[in-house]
Amino acid sequence: MSLINWIDDRFPLSKVWNEHMAQYYAPKNFNFWYYFGALSLVVLVLQIVTGIILTMHYKPDADLAFASVEYIMRDVPAGWFVRYLHGVGASMFFLVVYLHMFRAMLYGSHRKPRELIWLLGMVIYVALMAEAFFGYLLPWGNMSYWGAQVIISLFGAIPVIGEPLAEWIRGDFVVSDATLNRFFAFHVILLPLLLALLVYLHIVALHKVGSNNPDGVEIKKNKDKDGNPVDGVPFHPYYTVKDTFGIAVFMTVFLGIVFFVPEFGGWFLEKDNFAPADILQTPPDIVPLWYLTPYYSILRAVTFEWLPGGAKLWGVIAMGAAIVMFFFLPWLDRAKVRSIRYRGWMYKTALTIFAVTFVMLGYLGTKNPGHVDLFLFKNVIWAQIGLVLYFAFFLLMPIYTRLDPTKPEPDRVG
Amino acid sequence: MTMTIKTLIKRLLLPVLCMLWAPAGIAAGGGNENLDSAYINLSDKVSLRNGAHTFVNYCLSCHEASYMRYERMADDLGIDRETLKRDMMFAADKPGELMTVNMSDEDAKAWFGVVPPDLSLTARSRGPDWIYTYLRGFYRDEGTSTGWNNTLYPNVAMPHVLYQWEGMRKANFETSPNGAKVLAGYDQLSPGTMSAQEYDSAIRDLTNFMVYLAEPAKLVRYRIGFWVMVFMLVFVGLSYLLKKEYWRDVH
Amino acid sequence: MLPIHLLIYTEVVMTDEVNSGRRRLLTTVTTGVGLAGATALAVPLVASMKPSARALAAGAPVEVEIDDLAPGQMKVVEWRGKPVWILRRTDQMLEEMASVTGQLSDPDSQVVEQQPAYAQNAHRSIRPDVLVVLGVCTHLGCAPSKAFDKGGSSGLGDDWVGGFFCPCHGSKFDLSGRVYKNVPAPTNLVVPPHSYVSENRIVIGVDETEATA
Repeated sequence: MSLINWIDDRFPLSKVWNEHMAQYYAPKNFNFWYYFGALSLVVLVLQIVTGIILTMHYKPDADLAFASVEYIMRDVPAGWFVRYLHGVGASMFFLVVYLHMFRAMLYGSHRKPRELIWLLGMVIYVALMAEAFFGYLLPWGNMSYWGAQVIISLFGAIPVIGEPLAEWIRGDFVVSDATLNRFFAFHVILLPLLLALLVYLHIVALHKVGSNNPDGVEIKKNKDKDGNPVDGVPFHPYYTVKDTFGIAVFMTVFLGIVFFVPEFGGWFLEKDNFAPADILQTPPDIVPLWYLTPYYSILRAVTFEWLPGGAKLWGVIAMGAAIVMFFFLPWLDRAKVRSIRYRGWMYKTALTIFAVTFVMLGYLGTKNPGHVDLFLFKNVIWAQIGLVLYFAFFLLMPIYTRLDPTKPEPDRVG
Repeated sequence: MTMTIKTLIKRLLLPVLCMLWAPAGIAAGGGNENLDSAYINLSDKVSLRNGAHTFVNYCLSCHEASYMRYERMADDLGIDRETLKRDMMFAADKPGELMTVNMSDEDAKAWFGVVPPDLSLTARSRGPDWIYTYLRGFYRDEGTSTGWNNTLYPNVAMPHVLYQWEGMRKANFETSPNGAKVLAGYDQLSPGTMSAQEYDSAIRDLTNFMVYLAEPAKLVRYRIGFWVMVFMLVFVGLSYLLKKEYWRDVH
Repeated sequence: MLPIHLLIYTEVVMTDEVNSGRRRLLTTVTTGVGLAGATALAVPLVASMKPSARALAAGAPVEVEIDDLAPGQMKVVEWRGKPVWILRRTDQMLEEMASVTGQLSDPDSQVVEQQPAYAQNAHRSIRPDVLVVLGVCTHLGCAPSKAFDKGGSSGLGDDWVGGFFCPCHGSKFDLSGRVYKNVPAPTNLVVPPHSYVSENRIVIGVDETEATA
């Protein structure tokens, strides 16, 4: 193919293709949990494409924003489809990213030499939360408005600089047109650029060290006479066809939600957001979307007024610390093995409790703290128990992972 | 090999999903009122047209549906242009216009004390059952400025617009053991032009229409969605076979 | 060299029992169905850039009264954001127009896209006296101006019988919107779809056939 030769003389096209697809060896024993990386890339592309289209019709103006979303839903040809893809896509993004992160914690994908992949991934996660938070204000519904109001007010808890900082973020004394306009800029330009760059770095770092696998065994240790890992297969075609299957299943679920239950019972699109922003009327329960509620729960769990500086400040600190904990995971984990398959009962128990705690906190974050929605105790008590378990998982990790009775890792993947 | 997917799903995901699904409606709505179910049926075009007539004749005099176009409504519900122009377009010249009201916010404030809210999305923000219950909850109350009150929305500024249909009613309340005021029932003061069943049915049609009004795309969403699912399942099957075919090399 | 064929067909043989025919078929079918799916997903995304219901409503047909339009007079209305000229021509105008057909590039309105079939006649209109035409030059979209004065005073030559003149690049049109030879504009001015709801009431945007059907 002369065209490809022509390009190859000027750009490393074949080289890139071979190094990252056709001759990039991935462990042959990937299971269900290994679909979510590719899926999050698919959702990222979909969000960018649908986002560009929405930007063509949306008006970032406090007087026009709400109406422009309804204009998209009714007047723009297939606009409702694009908007639901984008709105449901946000939730699907977090779903696959949470499962992707959980995969790492199951099989030790964050352990040496993949610490930097994990750190880049965590920065992506934080950027994604910011992207979602900024995007959620744009429809200018009543929940958008009050959600932003509450979250930005958190910055006010920081001593001395808090209030000026919150005003600087809003560009006003309350969430207003100025806030909407800058959030639009962040949402459609700043964070997408940042996310694209971070995702690129995440993949570059991954391809440098190669993928981990459910056995947590380095496949590079066993190579055949050509220098290829015996327990690896070329990414293309084996994982391209496998990921195609994964994407097909995922898109079936995704489109099923888009066409049949786009609000997902209020979890993906909240009822209160179908009323325009009203500065005089707060919704009865201000609730962020489900993917941010675990941290919201931690924020509200800190009710101890005797703390120096007050409960609000410590709530904000706890919430920030809850996210920061993840960054230290590669160094908190002292186990001799990577994969949960060869770890002892301690880590298995801890991870199970953590997963349940995370989901419970997420659930409680959508509820009124004073009510009883689980059993026996008020929601706030459960959130406080959750807070303790959440931090215990991370802070006690150096101890229990060292004491944990691990099994020896095999030499080859199973 | 300890934590396979199956055990993981059994141990973690299922209980979690059950916990999440059950109260999802409440999480979203926050409403704890006792609402009557409206039993919405968007495939009932007769009901939708009926509701549309009620809506433009009674609601649209004060409330707007400012995101909706007459034309779209007529096309979706099978109303011909003649009927649309003759019986339904009182505040617009062209079918392509939005369903707005020629009343300034200042006038509205002076007459009603509040600006009547836009009704385009009420069925999504409040829910159909709320609308259905609300419109069947009016009663005479001399203590209010309009002479009307509502059991679901106490001291609402809106008078009972459809009282000629339902007639006038008095509400009886009793005090529950925990001190709350609870509705005990209604007494009919004067009859309306409709029986109670006819009135419920008219309100159901109106609610049905308002559900359509809140999301016109719903009419096509399910239909297209069905074929999308059929296509996707075929693609899932094919990609599975392809994956199996290649992975025979490895296993 | 990029193994481009691997994008579609890959035959990595690790075992002897590879059924390459089945593999090739499955790859082709799955790729085809996948591409069809991607196309189906792209259709609504592309379609979303078409004029919205709001644009269509704003571009809805326009009704115009012409009983106040005296012979020789012209009125301009807006339809889909473009100026539409409605000119009631005098008998004299129609006669003189016939005398310049030799200087026109398409006197018989042969270019069918420039007018509906019911305006493909000597006067390019439904009623001989009433011309309905878009005031948009077919060269580069400028707005031509009226040049109804005849002869040398018009600045368009002593034999000018009246018409339209585009100031941008000097294109000339007669009183039926037909383009003169040797000017930049390639075709006659566009006659928009229009019809009469009554003798003196025109609807612009609705075709004669649609209205009567």
